[in-house]
Amino acid sequence: MGEVIIRTSGLTKRYGEKTAVNQLNLSVKKGEIFGLLGPNGAGKTTTILMLLGLTEPTAGTATIEGMDCTRNALGIKKIVGYLPDNPGFYQDLTGRQNLAFTGRLNGLSEEEIKERSDAALKRVRLEDAANKKAGTYSKGMRQRLGIADVLMKDPEIIIMDEPTLGLDPEGMRELLELMTQMAKEDGRTLLISSHQLYQVQQICDRVGIFVNGNLVACGEIEDLGHQVQDSTKYSLELQVDPCDDKILAEISRQPGVSSIQKEGNMFVVESKYDIRSQLTTFLGSHEYTIQHLHQRGGDLDAIYRMYFERAEAEAEAAAMKATQKGKLHNKLFRGGGAR
Amino acid sequence: MTAAVLKKEKQPSEKQPSAVKKEHGSHAGRHTGLMALYHKELADHLRSKRFLIILLLILGTSIASLYGALNGLADAISSDSNFVFLKIYTTSGNSIPSFMSIIALMGPFVGLTLGFDAINSERNNGTLNRLVAQPIYRDSIIIGKFLAGNAVIMIMVFTMGIFVGAVGVLSTGLIPQTEEVLRVLAFLIFTVVYMDFWLGLSILFSVVCRHSATSAMAVIALWIFFTIFMSMVANIIANAVYPITTQYEAALNTMNNYTLNLGLNRISPYYLYSEAVSTIMNPTVRSVNVVTMQQLEGAISGYLSFGQSMLLVWPHLTGLVALMMVAFGGSYIGFMRQEIRN
Repeated sequence: MGEVIIRTSGLTKRYGEKTAVNQLNLSVKKGEIFGLLGPNGAGKTTTILMLLGLTEPTAGTATIEGMDCTRNALGIKKIVGYLPDNPGFYQDLTGRQNLAFTGRLNGLSEEEIKERSDAALKRVRLEDAANKKAGTYSKGMRQRLGIADVLMKDPEIIIMDEPTLGLDPEGMRELLELMTQMAKEDGRTLLISSHQLYQVQQICDRVGIFVNGNLVACGEIEDLGHQVQDSTKYSLELQVDPCDDKILAEISRQPGVSSIQKEGNMFVVESKYDIRSQLTTFLGSHEYTIQHLHQRGGDLDAIYRMYFERAEAEAEAAAMKATQKGKLHNKLFRGGGAR
Repeated sequence: MTAAVLKKEKQPSEKQPSAVKKEHGSHAGRHTGLMALYHKELADHLRSKRFLIILLLILGTSIASLYGALNGLADAISSDSNFVFLKIYTTSGNSIPSFMSIIALMGPFVGLTLGFDAINSERNNGTLNRLVAQPIYRDSIIIGKFLAGNAVIMIMVFTMGIFVGAVGVLSTGLIPQTEEVLRVLAFLIFTVVYMDFWLGLSILFSVVCRHSATSAMAVIALWIFFTIFMSMVANIIANAVYPITTQYEAALNTMNNYTLNLGLNRISPYYLYSEAVSTIMNPTVRSVNVVTMQQLEGAISGYLSFGQSMLLVWPHLTGLVALMMVAFGGSYIGFMRQEIRN
């Protein structure tokens, strides 16, 4: 790890008035799993399309392994595997035939195709369904076939657009496992776009948060967490057994605790500093069983929310400024006209 | 020669599983993706129910027209006993149109069926964005589709044409002359170009329209317009520009009126094709434009040689090829400029 493999500088894409991606500077290191996070329409897919050379940037450049993504699109496509959101397959062909077709498009020999498709199908555990028509596959199977399809190319970099969308929990778990495997064991670089934070949080080394085409934050989740963490206000989720009213009073008497509230069957304890160790000792000695203990904030959800809110506020302020400017302009213009 | 052409066209589909695939490993590069796509598209076409339907349709109508032709052949021969073999293709009988006019009518349908969902079905299936992410030139996709459609058309046209001729030979005992064979071949080549135009046009609509139903409707609308309404429109315009209602006007404008009418009609590929093939298949046709009595003076009635007939319709062939290029070129440019998201 350490060598930068994907790099964008000042990457911008405009569709008419709308700026889909604004001045994106991003670098992804070799062998890491990078998460592009953001709500729908934040510019994630557009960024991915520009990286693949499928869309021309309005300004700026993107390079993968030193190759320009727009100029040398073919070279890029040789080493980058792309799994679109909701990948489609030729319904009348079997899973194996679909993979073979991809192999042929990549100029593989028939032996290589056989070898790689067997290995890929085994890896995504589709051997049993390999000879069934792709039209009969379920959503989860299509997603797995999509990964097998990407693996046919034996890519250095895998770009996945919303890979976790619409999967059941079991499918999700398998997918995440597979992604980790591909990064850690095969040494591939993964770029994942998603708006499902919890899943991404589990596997990403670094994340970039996109709001309205802007990259508002980028870095390791922990680092970002520290930025969000308000150092004077800690909020702790706590669930204990037995859950009686006595405990409420007990905890509120603990040093450092500023307030305690009951939310459903959970307590939310606010304190001036981290009281987790102190609290566990106390609860343990009083024969309470801790069922749930979680420090709020610092997780991706909070990070995301904070950056998103901040970006929204900025956008609003900018819009306000623009209208004020417009009004001012109008005033001046009218004033000038009257004279 | 016809047999050789047929065989050459059929080969890819027959030996696809073994021989063709071997090439890919060896000559990677510009054509790898194109060949892979071409073979896949061709296999798709040949396996599809759709292909079976148009094949049966064309086969059925060919047999019907052949039946009509064989019935009407005796009358046709009694009026003109030269180039009898060609009459199998051109004679209509028992109110069944001739093979030639059936092909002119049904040709667009073949092109339409093969191309109307070429691009948009891939887009709707989500296979297109996976396809463009592969290391192939983007134009390989659309060229591969066009070539595969073209191969299917060639297979079908030459099979049908030769089939009709063979049945004609068997049932009448007529032996075709070299010139007749050449004329039939030219007819079949014209037919391929004509159907290719419709293939290109339907691919164009499949690029432009998001839904395959919309693109099919658009091509069908054009098909009906060109085969039925174009002549009416040409008539109306010609009459408006060069009116021939009074005798004076008629004396003045008839020539211009007719020429304009003809010119407008020739915009329609249907008319262009029909005019061209009826000239080729009928050596007695000596001119495709207006001929004045003065020009005819002293002319000896006789047959045109094959070369002269071809010379007469060479502009038609050029026009058809140009129309095909415009249709396919449009779809090519449209596809290359399109952003493929999903």
